Amino acid sequence: MTPEQLIVGRDLGVTVKGRALIQHIDLELVRGRIVTVIGPNGAGKTTLVRLALGLTRPTHGTLQRAAGTRIGYMPQRLTLPDSMPLSVRRFLALNSPPADEIDSNAAQLGVSHLLDRPIQGLSGGETQRVLLTRALLGDPDLLVLDEPVQGIDVNGQTELYQLIVRLRDERGCAVMMVSHDLHLVMAATDEVLCINQHVCCSGHPEAVSQHPAYLDLFGAMDTDTLAVYTHHHDHHHNLHGDVVEDATDAANSPAEPGRHRHG
Amino acid sequence: MDEFLLWALAAGLGVAVISGPLGVFVVWLRMAYFGDTLAHSALLGVALGLLMEIDPQLSVLLLAVFMAVALLAMQYRSVLATDTLLGILAHGSLAIGLVAISFRDDVRVDLLAYLFGDILAVSNRDVLWIWLGALLSLAALAWLWRPLLNLSVHSDLAAVDGVKVQRVKLAFMLLVALVIAVAMKIVGVLLITALLIIPAAAARRFSTSPEGMAIGAMLIGVLAVVSGLLASLYLDTPAGPSIVTAATGLFVIGQLRPAS
Repeated sequence: MTPEQLIVGRDLGVTVKGRALIQHIDLELVRGRIVTVIGPNGAGKTTLVRLALGLTRPTHGTLQRAAGTRIGYMPQRLTLPDSMPLSVRRFLALNSPPADEIDSNAAQLGVSHLLDRPIQGLSGGETQRVLLTRALLGDPDLLVLDEPVQGIDVNGQTELYQLIVRLRDERGCAVMMVSHDLHLVMAATDEVLCINQHVCCSGHPEAVSQHPAYLDLFGAMDTDTLAVYTHHHDHHHNLHGDVVEDATDAANSPAEPGRHRHG
Repeated sequence: MDEFLLWALAAGLGVAVISGPLGVFVVWLRMAYFGDTLAHSALLGVALGLLMEIDPQLSVLLLAVFMAVALLAMQYRSVLATDTLLGILAHGSLAIGLVAISFRDDVRVDLLAYLFGDILAVSNRDVLWIWLGALLSLAALAWLWRPLLNLSVHSDLAAVDGVKVQRVKLAFMLLVALVIAVAMKIVGVLLITALLIIPAAAARRFSTSPEGMAIGAMLIGVLAVVSGLLASLYLDTPAGPSIVTAATGLFVIGQLRPAS
């Protein structure tokens, strides 16, 4: 492994009770690079995240990690019991980081005004930003973000992705994130890994967006995400400029994309 | 004041001091039913103690520890949901305990004392054990506080941050087992869980931090023990149920207070 490589997985597979959750996946996380994992529900995105985090062991293949890698993890959602009284500041302070580190990170993520609020009372977007703030504490080498824009409206999503790119630029960390939607995340990623148990296609985001395997997969996805896909087919040739505008339209339509995940 | 009442008070306070702070985690981790299961199995522990002629307190503790470990192991191997497993263990062990006790018809066993507690019968030796157990558990809980709080917030996040989730969870379950073994004399196996969850739930309304809730639960537990024992003295009601009634009353009063 080179010093820039934090995690190198080869031919990764996880089989639980005879069922393959993922198989034959190569994963490489390198400092300064953003890798986005996309795929339909049940494709094994979460399994791959858990492998990177070290919460699951591969049943097949090899996974090497650079010694002493600090990981900042942003879970998909916060399942905090309502019965626990916890302010945002206390949540951020759970591992006793220096107070000024909390303050500076909270300021950068724009959550300073939330610090004294109970964490259960935050909106979806506020919760995501607080979770990202927590992931940044301790100056991680690797950020693992599981659906970071969940519950955020489309304008906010674009903004959050820009913020993630900026954080990568400033801190030089590796980023692995999971996303549902390639087009919004496109500008914010160096490499896309499109999986459905196995790797369907991978590489530069624009190449992936044209790949037949990708189009197949996303054509088969649930109709809930239609609002996001409409611009998919409309703007094959001119992606970057159109994404934001389309997205704004989509936000005004009844099927609000930020809410396309149930439960 | 009679001496037996002082001992009862000392014993009750010893239990309240640990059951409150431990109870907040039982509430946060949604383990009330787990506590109930350990409590029910305590009766089997008593029966085993009688049959093997060892101190029931010790056999209860050993069985509770065994049950905690067995449950943790079964959770990962069984196709049954955890609450089903808990139901099997709770009622199975309670029933087996009752059957087993009936075999010893040569020994007079005060079943009611085990089921509902007999705090007025505690000896100074019991009080010593209760306080020893309580202080030991409190020290262990203080030591476990941060990892336990982390895993209550989000267990994956805690694991990524280096918390040994399984180990901490097992340690916590063993603490619950210890407290149940210690508290059995006070409120009995059927009401022990009440002392864990009611003060903690009552304290939620008044607290803004996890630590505040733990201390609040401790204070509410103390208040419940004192008022329950006084009620028992003046109204001649059974002591254990009176303590739980007082705790429930405090919980209801707390709910009447408008939410902040």
